[in-house]
Amino acid sequence: MKLTRRYRFSASHRLDTPALSVEQNRKLYGKCNNPYGHGHDYVLDVTVAGSPDESGQIVRREALDTLVEERVLARFDHRNLNADIEELRGVVPTTESLAVAIEKTLAAGWPLPAKLDRVRISETERNIFELESK
Amino acid sequence: MLLTRKAEFSASHVCANPSWTEERNRAVYGANANPNGHGHNYVLEVTIEGEPDPVTGMVFDLRELKEILNEEVVEPMDHRFLNREVAPFASVVPTTENVAIEIWKRLARRIGRDGVKLRNVRLYETSDLFVDYGGEA
Repeated sequence: MKLTRRYRFSASHRLDTPALSVEQNRKLYGKCNNPYGHGHDYVLDVTVAGSPDESGQIVRREALDTLVEERVLARFDHRNLNADIEELRGVVPTTESLAVAIEKTLAAGWPLPAKLDRVRISETERNIFELESK
Repeated sequence: MLLTRKAEFSASHVCANPSWTEERNRAVYGANANPNGHGHNYVLEVTIEGEPDPVTGMVFDLRELKEILNEEVVEPMDHRFLNREVAPFASVVPTTENVAIEIWKRLARRIGRDGVKLRNVRLYETSDLFVDYGGEA
């Protein structure tokens, strides 16, 4: 059985890679390359898998909320992804990179009895990225 | 091919194990243990797996599916207090997990037939919390 909880955070970013020229970056990333950056209201779905315990729950909501709040929301919300997030240093902060960073951050020493199953992040309602946790 | 049908119902519940102390229930369930209950607008998505019938072009008759969802879930649970009015929640704590399992049990016996099986029950308690259950132990 799986349980999915939805969280939200807002952050800014700029897509630009030093591996390409100014013109190539502009062409590849379009408006996402605008020099001062821009922001999104990200929606993060965290899915855990397991069997209900004696309380009839596969995960204690408060325990999951506290974990995601401490490891992700408190650190990513109202931040600049290029400048403020250690896991994204030297990485172009696409939502793909963000999904990888958040999955890794959550999975490291995962403390809950239910298994981390996947993270799913939407940058806007039209762009959604999902990463299964191994 | 997968077919998903949606249904909604609104119900109240209390999440508390009657054999535990009030303190333990509060520690485990938080505000969900408030004794007089509270409610949600539940959204149910039922997914069925099968191949379209060569004559009708349908995996499952949607009118029949709607009737099954109404009879098994919406009529018995909509605008009800789950703990008091819907078996088995007098003794099973109606967490989202347990409500999804109960819905699965009710639907599985009506939907399974040659070449067609119930694949998944997704139950949203709120737009920010849902469970998926596929009949696993």
